[in-house]
Amino acid sequence: MRLIESRFTMIVTYVVLAIGAFIALFPIALLLLNSIKPALQITVSPLALPAPFAPENFVHAWNDARFSRTFLNSALITAITIILVCATASLSAYVLARRKIRSWQLWTFYLMATTTAPIQLFLFPLYFVYAHLGLVNNVPAVSVIYTALYSPFAVMLLRTYFLAVPRELEEAALVDGASHWQVFSQVMLPIVSPGLLTVALIIGLYSWNEFLIATTFLQKQDSVTAVVAFFLLSGQYTSDWGEIMAAALIIVLPVVVLFLFMQRRFIEGMAGGSVKG
Amino acid sequence: MAADTDVLAGAAPQRQAMGSAPTGSRMHALYVVPTLIFNFAIILIPALLTIALAFCSWDGISAPQFVGLANFQTMFSDPVFWTALTNNIIWTVIFLTIPILMGLVAATLLLIIRRGRTFFQVVYFLPVVIATAITARVWQGMIYSPVTGVFGLANRLGIPVSNPLAGTSTALFGVATVDLWHWWGFLCVIFFAALRQVPQEQIEAARLEGATYFQMLRYVLLPGIKPTIILMMILTIIWSFLAFDFVYILTQGGPAFSSEVLSTLAYRHAFYDLDVGQAAAVALVISIFGLVATFFYVRILTREEAQ
Repeated sequence: MRLIESRFTMIVTYVVLAIGAFIALFPIALLLLNSIKPALQITVSPLALPAPFAPENFVHAWNDARFSRTFLNSALITAITIILVCATASLSAYVLARRKIRSWQLWTFYLMATTTAPIQLFLFPLYFVYAHLGLVNNVPAVSVIYTALYSPFAVMLLRTYFLAVPRELEEAALVDGASHWQVFSQVMLPIVSPGLLTVALIIGLYSWNEFLIATTFLQKQDSVTAVVAFFLLSGQYTSDWGEIMAAALIIVLPVVVLFLFMQRRFIEGMAGGSVKG
Repeated sequence: MAADTDVLAGAAPQRQAMGSAPTGSRMHALYVVPTLIFNFAIILIPALLTIALAFCSWDGISAPQFVGLANFQTMFSDPVFWTALTNNIIWTVIFLTIPILMGLVAATLLLIIRRGRTFFQVVYFLPVVIATAITARVWQGMIYSPVTGVFGLANRLGIPVSNPLAGTSTALFGVATVDLWHWWGFLCVIFFAALRQVPQEQIEAARLEGATYFQMLRYVLLPGIKPTIILMMILTIIWSFLAFDFVYILTQGGPAFSSEVLSTLAYRHAFYDLDVGQAAAVALVISIFGLVATFFYVRILTREEAQ
């Protein structure tokens, strides 16, 4: 779409957009730049180029935040959440897309309402029940909370994918003698697999980055996620900002690389579900 | 708002289903059971317990005592509660204006340019995918800090800027700025996606009439994406009452409760004061604001879908 041809307008437009890009990139640049600087140099100027380089920041960060352990926790939580959400949400989304009667609309309404419910509405009793059952510091148990929290979003998103599948396809498979379960698992699931991938990416991002629940339910040094380990590192264990930024970069890098490769899917998915991270 | 219609483009080839006789479509009803089990166990039942606890005194360990409306009386006579509520309202006003304007300006400008649309969208969206804990620390240490941050550097160069997180009148705005940075790119991308759905004929017609860019905005583009703007505003209201991470990490509600919001207040009551009843009462207040906004959100969504 072309709205305006004037060269002057074009230049102004690019300048304003570039200012926006600068705002978005400036803190990220500071993160990158200072992750390889010695602490002393940061106190002189956070903007100066690193001299000398301090690659040992990464070693200190890795050890102090116990990333060899906490990364594993994050990966485990993320993986379990993705599997649980994809499995349960695809089933629900299929039904909610196919049933048009009124009670199903009610469920849709209910699920949408839970996506916007404040975590504090259920956090406190849940915590004390978890504590009573000995589930605090239990990594998979946190995945169960994430699953409940994120599956309404996944259901709403996958539902739009199921709605796009023509009904005739299912009917043809049923006529051919397939069972309802076979129609779902062998006809529908492969078709909506792009939707499942989007859901997996977004849910993975949320689980990896989540803070409030992780910091509440995981307290032992060995059970925290990478993000919580980073939070503790920067809050109590060190005031070496070179090391803190190195730890930040270690957590952010895999996410950003994945985002850059799959940006269209990320953006579409988050826009489609409208969930704030 | 729905996912793109070209989702089928990359779909795997359909395999031929083989096998036994149909098992009856009533089985379908069971497909929602796993989702509902998770939902009820983690969200619905604890939420109902929270409502009950709001009328009890409970330290999280001994048996809860029914105390009637005492928690609400204590809450309403607590000046920190009123500060937190006011802060949430200020927060809502900030987020209803600044990021939405930033998002709209950037999105409409993206319509003008021919090259670099994807680049700018990806750059603007980048802060959204970074963990809040990390964003908070980067701003705290690399920008606001008087020792290690850009603000400290400015001070040493003779520019008098002070750490906003340390002042009672500025702390809330210091925190909001960080959340704003993290957030506006999302709105820009959403608005841009909506703007591209505005019918081309309308834009062409306005151009033939000789409309300037601002007239185009006023009469064609903004009315065209009005449903999206309203939806985002409602979600902004909901999310403004949920704001937690940045306040908790950057100021813990301080200094002197000046940046306290309802969600951090409830958290403090539950886990620091071990006064779960009080926490539940505050949680109910947050939820009431959220529920009213959610009602409108769902109504708009279902109406949109009906069309």
